[in-house]
This record gives sequence, C-alpha cells and structure tokens, in this order.
Amino acid sequence: MTKLTATNLTLKVKDATLVEAASLGLVPGEFIALLGPNGAGKTSLIRAMLGLEYPTDGHASLNDEDTRRLNPIERARSIAYLPQTRPLAWPNTVRDVVSLGRFSHGAALGRLKPADSDAVDRAIAACDIKHLADRNADTLSGGELARMHCARAFAAEAPLLIADEPIAALDPRHQFRILDLIADYVKQGGGALVVLHDIQLAARYASRLIWMKDGHIVADGPPAETLTAQRLQDIYGIRATVKDLKIEMAGPV
Amino acid sequence: MSVARWLTPGLALACVVAIFAACLLGSTPLPPDRVFAAFLGGADAGDRLVVWTIRFPRALAAFLVGAALGLSGAALQGLLRNPLAEPGVLGVSATASLAATFSLYYGLVAFSPWILPLAAITGALAATALLALAAIRTRSVVTLILIGVGLSSFAGALMSLLLNIAPNPFSLSDMISWMLGSVANRSFDEIILALPFLIAGSAILLATRRGLSALTLGEEAASGVGLNLRNQRIFTVLGAGLATGASVALAGAIGFVGIVAPLLVRPFVNHDPARSLIPSALLAGLILVIADIGVRIIPTTNELKLGVVAALLGAPVFVWIAMQRRAAYD
Repeated sequence: MTKLTATNLTLKVKDATLVEAASLGLVPGEFIALLGPNGAGKTSLIRAMLGLEYPTDGHASLNDEDTRRLNPIERARSIAYLPQTRPLAWPNTVRDVVSLGRFSHGAALGRLKPADSDAVDRAIAACDIKHLADRNADTLSGGELARMHCARAFAAEAPLLIADEPIAALDPRHQFRILDLIADYVKQGGGALVVLHDIQLAARYASRLIWMKDGHIVADGPPAETLTAQRLQDIYGIRATVKDLKIEMAGPV
Repeated sequence: MSVARWLTPGLALACVVAIFAACLLGSTPLPPDRVFAAFLGGADAGDRLVVWTIRFPRALAAFLVGAALGLSGAALQGLLRNPLAEPGVLGVSATASLAATFSLYYGLVAFSPWILPLAAITGALAATALLALAAIRTRSVVTLILIGVGLSSFAGALMSLLLNIAPNPFSLSDMISWMLGSVANRSFDEIILALPFLIAGSAILLATRRGLSALTLGEEAASGVGLNLRNQRIFTVLGAGLATGASVALAGAIGFVGIVAPLLVRPFVNHDPARSLIPSALLAGLILVIADIGVRIIPTTNELKLGVVAALLGAPVFVWIAMQRRAAYD
C-alpha cells in the first residue's frame, strides 16, 4: 500500500520557520483535511512532503523512499498534486489540460496511447465535464475550471491526492461538488490530503482533521475529537460554539 | 481538425516550393526547366553557377535561419509561458551578433572558421541563461521583456563601442549587416559551419518539447504532473541558445519571425506549445525565404536588409499581441 509520511519535518527559510517538527502519514482510504489560518505553513508542509522543498530537518518519504530523491515521474505516478490554481498560460482545450494529468505516464498531447486516452475519458466522465471537453479552457467559469483541474488530477489514477485549497473562490454548490468528487475518489480506494479553509465542510467530509498553527501541527484526529470551541479559539482566534460538529461563529476574540 | 493534420506537410511543401521559386527569380529570371536541369547537374555552366552558388545557398540559408528562429521562439514562449518571448525581442540575437562581431574584428576568426559560430552561440547562450535566471526570479512578463530590451540596447551600445576601438577598422555597413541581418552572398561553406549547432539545438528542443505542454499549467502544477523543471529549463535554454546562435552566425540578428510564426500556428495546434514547434519552424523558414525573394526583386538602390523586412512585418504584430494581452496575465 502506498504511504506518504512526514517525520519531524522542519522547513526554515532564512530566519523564518515555516514548518517545525511536523509528523503525519497519508494512506489510501483516508480523507485528511489540513486546517489552519493563513500563514500557518500548510502549503509549505505539503510542498516539503512532495519533495518540492528541501526540508531543513526531518524527512518525507513515499513508501520508505525519500521524496527529495524520488524521480518527479515516479512521484507523480503515486501522488496527484493540485496546487492553488493559477491561470493557464494558453487557452488549451479542456481535454488537453486533463490529458496533462497523464504526463508522468508519457502522454504527449494530440497522440495519446489508448490507456492514457481511457484514463482521461474516465476522469472527464467522473467530473461531469464531457460536454466541455472540446471547449477552450479560457471560456470556462470558475466552477467548471475547478472540475477540469480535478479531472486532471484524477486522470493520473494515482493512489494519493494532495490538493491545496481546491474549493477557494467557488460558490457553495461547487464547493460541495468538488468535495463530493474527492470523497468518491477516497471511497474508490484513494487517499486525499486537502487544504481547506471551510471548517464546517472539512468536518463533514474528512475522516481526519490536521490542525496547524505557526508551523506546528497542533492536533490530528477525527473531527468528533479535534473540532472544539477551544480549538477554534486557539487556532483561528474566533469565538464559536460547537455542537455535534455544527459550528456557530460569534466573532473574533 | 483536417487543417491541423495538413498543417505540417502543407508548410513543408510550401517551403520546398518557395525555395525553388527563389532559384527562379532574381535579376535574371531563369525558367523552371533550366533550374531543374541545373539542380540535376545538367544545363549550362552559367545556370549551374547561378543556382548552386548564388540562389540556392541563399534561399537555404534564409530557410534555416527562419526555421531556427521559429523553433527557438516557439520553445521560449512555451518555457516562459508568454507569446512575446522571442530571441530577437529578448536580446538573444543582439548579444549573439555582438559576440560574433567581436570575434570577427579582433581577428579571432583567423584561428579557425569555427570561431565565428562558436562566438555567436556563446553570446546567445549567455543571454538566454540570463533571461532564464530572471524568469525564475520574476513572474512578471513585463519585467522580462524590459530585461530583453535592456540587453538589446546594451549589446547595441557595445557594438558601437567596438566600432570605435576595434584594432581592425571596419565599416559601418559591416556592423549594420550584423545588426539588421542578411543572407546576401551566403555560401554552402557558411551553412556547413552553422549547421551542426543548428541541428543539435533543434534536436534538443524537439526531444524536450513534451515538457512545454506541461508548463501550460504553471511551474508548480507542471512539477506536480511529473516534469523535472530544472532539466526542462536547462534543455530549452541550451537548445534555443544553440539554434539562435547558429542562425546569427549565418545571418546576423533577425527579429520578430520567432513571434509571428508561433502566433499564426498556435490556433491550429490547440495552443499546445509542444505541437507548435515544428509548424512554427517551417512557417518562419517560409516567411524568411519569401521575404528574401522580396528583398532581391524589389528594385531599390541599396538592397534592403532581410532583418529590416522581418521587422517591418513582425514589429506591428508584436505591438498587436502586447495590446491584446489582458492585465490579468501580468
């Protein structure tokens, strides 16, 4: 079974400590939501876990192999990564963008092998963007773009998925749709680590919440155990009441 | 998609036709049958001389220079994710021609004829590497173009300095030839000196083009789908530097073809940078062959420089693209 682990991961840039002694593991079947205020080190942590940053101390490994030494192709076949979305450089067709998810399998746009083409078709169907497949990506709405990027990640058919704020700037309906897609992926045997800002949705979808503040992992466990009013006050500086995983926010402390 | 399928073969055919036409046209037009005969080794000695030592090498040089610039332009645009990137605009050609001129007028070329292409390539690589470094530090397209403009002006200023202090006094017209670009009087000897570098650069760019598609997603997501970002940068810079340097060694600095050709090609290849490479090379080659025919047959007292015609066609396109770009992309 594919397993991504961080052991005492520390990341410092000059004098700033972005992540300190973070340890966690991700395996298929889990839906982890990574929570924390802006600047808590969530993106730095996942980049260090992926081997995109040199950790100052500690290490991240994929099946006991250091992710820093992993060939980018091998890593991409095991972990699909959805960074915070940036505009595409060119107005490519949706199908071509989704096909880029097969890059690590050697896919070249315009002449996909049958296996790659099938994976792209499945991902497009799963994300319900078949009707958009031949459109240019610059004509899509925010919600459609988010589904396109999800399809790109799923097209890799990797056992693990890491997504950085996949539902930022989406309307409520699309937030549900994207999280449903990720939940389906987990149900079918994938493992997902997703950075979220919506605590309520995180508690509803994730099997585990990891709470970060100032570069530290403060708590790690199922929503029922880790989502408390005290936690919200400590981490986000907000007054709130929590009952049966329902949050009622009163305002800043 | 039938246009897309016929794009590359169609352009290749057009290039062959244009090069053949370049052998027909000139101060004394030759009829097609005599050009055919000359190509096949028949015909009279005069025709063979005109075709084999004057017109064909010149047309071939124009094609190769255009192809190298079109390929480099398309590849740099893919790497920098920016339709305005091009060896001429970014100052790569100017730096290469400065290095080439330096080697010429300090007599370095006397040691070996290979010094000239090597100098041009060194200049091109230095400029491309500098730009790639700048591109890593800044995400702003405007900054990058400004660095290119600065590089161009600096190379131009150093060129003027050379004019003043070079030990072998040389004429203003020589310098203008290097800065404006021309394929007049090119022979197979010069083509052969540039060709190995041109082939090596093109091969590197074509072999690594798949990564350019991935870069459409941005650098972070591209490394996420499995692209080795560092290698991609190194290979694209190296390939574009070699190909541009070789083209400058052959014809001096010719700007803007590397912008125009990919711009026209992109809609037919679904805007995929990887698939735009070969058609862009062919189209840029075709443009320069046709422009060079124009240069030769337009009756002017002094022959127009090929680079001037390229800039007349290309610079307005550059301005047009710049005006089309939405602020969101910068």
